[in-house]
Amino acid sequence: MNLVIIGLNHRTAPIEIRERLSFPADSIGEPLKRLSANYGINEGVILSTCNRVEVIGIAPDIEKGVWEIKRFLSEYHNIPIERLDEHLYVRTGEDAVRHLFRVAAGLDSMVMGEPQILGQTKDAYSLAVHNNTAGVIVNKLFHKAFSVAKRVRTETRIGASAVSISFAAVELARKIFGELNGKSVMLVGAGEMAELAAKHLMTNGVREIIITNRTYEKAVEAAREFRGTAVMFREFPHYLKNVDIVIASTASPNFIIRPDDVTPAMKERKHRPMFFIDISVPRNIDPLVNDIDNAYVFDIDDLQGVIAANLRERAKEAGEAEAIIAGEIETFYRWINSLDVLPTIIALQQSFEKVRKQELEKALVELKGLKEEDRRVLEAMTSAIVKKILHKPVTHLKKESKSVEGDMYIEATRKLFDLEKDMENLSKAETNKAGLVNGEE
Amino acid sequence: MGYLFFHITATAYLAATLIYTAYLFSHREGLIKGATYALYAGGVAHTVTIISRWVEAGRTPATNLHETLTLFSWIIVVLYAAMLYRYRVAVIGAFVAPLAFLLLITASFLPAEIIPLAPMLESWWLPVHVMLALLGNAFFALASIFAIMYLIQDRYLKSRKIQGLYFILPSVEVLDELSYRCLTYGFPLLTLAIITGAIWSEYALGSYWTWGQRQIWSLITWFLYAALLHGRLTSGWRGKKSAMLSVVAFGVLIGSFLLINVFLGGAHGLLR
Repeated sequence: MNLVIIGLNHRTAPIEIRERLSFPADSIGEPLKRLSANYGINEGVILSTCNRVEVIGIAPDIEKGVWEIKRFLSEYHNIPIERLDEHLYVRTGEDAVRHLFRVAAGLDSMVMGEPQILGQTKDAYSLAVHNNTAGVIVNKLFHKAFSVAKRVRTETRIGASAVSISFAAVELARKIFGELNGKSVMLVGAGEMAELAAKHLMTNGVREIIITNRTYEKAVEAAREFRGTAVMFREFPHYLKNVDIVIASTASPNFIIRPDDVTPAMKERKHRPMFFIDISVPRNIDPLVNDIDNAYVFDIDDLQGVIAANLRERAKEAGEAEAIIAGEIETFYRWINSLDVLPTIIALQQSFEKVRKQELEKALVELKGLKEEDRRVLEAMTSAIVKKILHKPVTHLKKESKSVEGDMYIEATRKLFDLEKDMENLSKAETNKAGLVNGEE
Repeated sequence: MGYLFFHITATAYLAATLIYTAYLFSHREGLIKGATYALYAGGVAHTVTIISRWVEAGRTPATNLHETLTLFSWIIVVLYAAMLYRYRVAVIGAFVAPLAFLLLITASFLPAEIIPLAPMLESWWLPVHVMLALLGNAFFALASIFAIMYLIQDRYLKSRKIQGLYFILPSVEVLDELSYRCLTYGFPLLTLAIITGAIWSEYALGSYWTWGQRQIWSLITWFLYAALLHGRLTSGWRGKKSAMLSVVAFGVLIGSFLLINVFLGGAHGLLR
């Protein structure tokens, strides 16, 4: 399998280059077709996101594939190869498989473990399918990449910890409340960051939102956008008892939420937990609020600390993810090797040969007193029968195995003649080709 | 046979405990599965142990401390399995496994021979009483495990130091809720256990209430849990306060149980 991946990403190329090399998603069909028509790439996929551009191709041979894909990138975007070269990375064979698996799992992303890249990889693949540039290998390769990404996501917690302020807030809220369904949030001060955090909370199940601001009109405006309720600034402490999460982000120079506000609210809400997020500098929430039972206060520094801790935790998970990927590469290669038609043909011939020998021996026991010559005639005849019977299927198998549905033929053959076990023995002997020849004798 | 399976059980629980410990430190999700299998394997061996003991003795295997602790450990594991099925908070196992193991180890140091039960204690109130009491106590054990997990998670959140177990423990609200749920199951069971115990006492000793050590202490525990539940329902005792009380109440329960049985002998010293 001659897999070649050539690309650039946020680490190897500055934004100006990435911009010039990117392929707009709505018109990716044309370059895909050109890739296979003019550059001799058998199967191709183009993955283009704001952080990376990659061409994944199956070429007749690796060296030529590398050169042709580079030429394609250069000619399509009208940039001389020399200028491109320093930003490009080239992955071939097993390295390429690993690279694709890592990309799909988010291990190669700027924010490690981020989930968007998986969706983008899926889109790139379906565009290739749509434009008929995905064949047997690309199909299998990408489906494997998706399942690897899924395994990494479910078996490690690499995607679990948040690495931006607003995600960190959501993550913390989950460690306080569990599911966020039906929880409510209050924005004290309607800044951009507070609104972003509120948006994340709402996509994670938070239903109700109350917004207050010193300028009432601004609160009303934000409330309309979030379909929430606006309240007057001087009245907001009365609403504390109704909300589970409070995000403070006003420009006030002193504390505007104090223990005296929270204690009675806490009592009224029967001490159900409250989560205070203070993203304002100077702080708006008195840190003493944190001393009240069931109230948890995090200021901007604490949130930064949470992010740092999350990043450390992710780095720990990365090793586990790499191990999963290594295992999956192995199974992928086992499949690729099985795609090779030769072992199947050999196994087929061997199984026929075995039957021939067994039956011949049985017959020879009955036909006692045969001359050596007669034996040879029988031997030759039975061999000829087997050969002739197998001639057509083997020829077709060889021919069809190179077609798009080649794997179907090979698999059908193996199933029909029950060759799975023989194949296993074969692959064991594979490292030692001489052994295989001996076995045939 | 029971002896062999007792040891298989203890070994499996120890293995589970060790794997869970590795999980607590490494956070490798794969370990949870292995630990759960080990714990369940122990649970199966444990079931065989209990049944063979029951058959051998011809009565509920809960008349000396060895038997009672073995049975109690089994009920906790079974309850955990049921809980896991319902709530999928696998990390609880990391606390259940060592508890089950400790109970078994303690039991293994106690005399295990089967002592024939005094005929006057023989009554089918015995198994009913024992099962109710142990099931109730198992719920209280789980409640205090959740409470301990709550206190740990609360500590992380309050100190704003995000590390270690923070990543694998469930949320404080969920832990608080689970702990409370266990109490609401445990309390009626304890109440019934006290009532059936009194009835049994009437059959065996001719008096419902003898003011024996056992009865006094179970009454004290009953009041502690009653106060805990009452405080929660009326004045919203939640979180830290109720978690600590739940741990204390369970400490009193298990402490008094052990002391009474060690110093006064089997069947709560009713024979003396």
